[in-house]
Amino acid sequence: MINKFVTGPFFKIVLIVNAIMVLLPVFFLFNSSLRDTASFAANPIELARKPAWSNFTQVWADGEFPNYLKNSLIITLGSLVVILIFALGAGFILGRYQFKGNNLIYGFVLTGMLVPAKLAILPLFIQLKWMHLIDSYTGLILVYASGALPAAIFIMAGFFRSLPADIDNAARIDGASEFQLLRLVLAPLVKPGLAIVAIYSAIPIWNDFFLPLVFLQSPEKKTIMQGLTLFFGEYSSQWGVLFAGLTIAALPLIILYLLLSEQFIKGLTAGAVKG
Amino acid sequence: MQTRTLKAQQRRFIWLFITPGLLTIFVFTTVPALTTLSYAFFKWTGFERQGFAGFENFQNLFRFPWRDQFFAALTHNILVFIAIMVIQTSLGILIAYALFRLKRGQRFFRTVTFLPVIFSLVIVGYMWQIMLNSYFGPINKILTDIGLESWAQPWLGQPSTALPTLVFINLWRWVGFPAIIFLAGLNAISHDYIEAAQIDGAKEGQIFRKILFPLLAPSMTIITILTFIGAFEWFDLPYVIGGSIGSPAGATDTLALMFYRLSFGSADSVSNNIGVGSALGVIIFIIVGLGASVGSNLMRRREVEQ
Repeated sequence: MINKFVTGPFFKIVLIVNAIMVLLPVFFLFNSSLRDTASFAANPIELARKPAWSNFTQVWADGEFPNYLKNSLIITLGSLVVILIFALGAGFILGRYQFKGNNLIYGFVLTGMLVPAKLAILPLFIQLKWMHLIDSYTGLILVYASGALPAAIFIMAGFFRSLPADIDNAARIDGASEFQLLRLVLAPLVKPGLAIVAIYSAIPIWNDFFLPLVFLQSPEKKTIMQGLTLFFGEYSSQWGVLFAGLTIAALPLIILYLLLSEQFIKGLTAGAVKG
Repeated sequence: MQTRTLKAQQRRFIWLFITPGLLTIFVFTTVPALTTLSYAFFKWTGFERQGFAGFENFQNLFRFPWRDQFFAALTHNILVFIAIMVIQTSLGILIAYALFRLKRGQRFFRTVTFLPVIFSLVIVGYMWQIMLNSYFGPINKILTDIGLESWAQPWLGQPSTALPTLVFINLWRWVGFPAIIFLAGLNAISHDYIEAAQIDGAKEGQIFRKILFPLLAPSMTIITILTFIGAFEWFDLPYVIGGSIGSPAGATDTLALMFYRLSFGSADSVSNNIGVGSALGVIIFIIVGLGASVGSNLMRRREVEQ
């Protein structure tokens, strides 16, 4: 087996160099967020021996940052609820029922996956304006949902299809309605699928800045990634504060990732790995 | 009788559960995508649609002043695709194979490898922008300190190095993705092949070249297609770093940035041109669609069955 491979140091060095390349910039970011601007300007590479926590209090006191974070949270969670509920329903039907139009619907969902959303941004903008959904969380949430749903439905349909058909019949014989069958029997069984869909959809939404850039206009509605671009203009020469802002924006996902790295990797590669 | 009532109940149920998802996709993806197509064939003043334009918008795209922008941007997209395919994909395979043959600590190195993929491109862009800053950035400082003063330069500020530097930043953010996909591909290969080859006395390099690499073809197809789509829709990173005009001096301009400028206007030309913008959108869509489908057909044929 692989154990018999001669353990040369080359591949270990590859991994160690790679780990340093990844971690050094992240460490630099965290470290610099605890240094005051003057000392950073004097020497960019130096350990923050006396942490300047004031950078963080200044970012927080700015007032906009907590608001940006709250907005991002509302939009991400809102989209997630819509995506999970709609994908659960559609995945259940496509994965468990054979009916006329089944393949047609599959084809339709597939085309939804192929359309590059960015290229449809103009008509979408005009359409949202007409629907009075510009500068609105509802509009943004629905656009995000429509972008994530095709893959989400495919993933959920796959999970539903992998469950044995006997479960449904047993539940029906016991007098369960179709809705009860989904809610009480099948939904708990496809939880791993829901977790994959949640990560697959939520991370790009949280990280996105393009759609908020186009669809949100009021300053008080802006998301964290969009807010960062404004923040950078405002504090362009206060390095310590800039690093603190970046750190605050990056930290929530880093912590979640360290806790749930397996699920993150599975979720974010879900579109690319077969089966 | 029993089955019929169940079927009627099921039918109602089916539509109740499947409609919300399909309707959302239809209204917010299908309709706008189809409308983009129609926009390209109309004259526009700002956001107001005027008369039918035939192929005029497409013709205008290949006239002054857009022609040069278009070909410059297209060249950048092609170069970026080639650079990512060669550098990022090779490094991805190398890291994947190093992870694959690791006995202990795989989990740690895998977690670290994938970490940058979860970062927002806004954060990645700004972080590297500061690191590469000419005056305060640590990269130039390190180069100066180790005696390579002549190497220190405004990496993102001069046209000759801006695009390669963006490709490097993209590499930092993305290389974990192909690495994990290739690792999954390697893990899916049956150990019997490796054992049989080892019994026959094959060396590790031969096993990789003759057995593992050919069997990685399905992963290679997926990565190539995703890279192609990503390279020709490259927007976020160049936008965060070079703005919508592809600073410096258009050196980092891409088709998607040009599409954005034409759609919403920009700092250098305030007015937008939705007609020409939509024509460009249609062309990008054709490039991506054709490239992805022709490419995946060609590559699938080369895949070997396990």
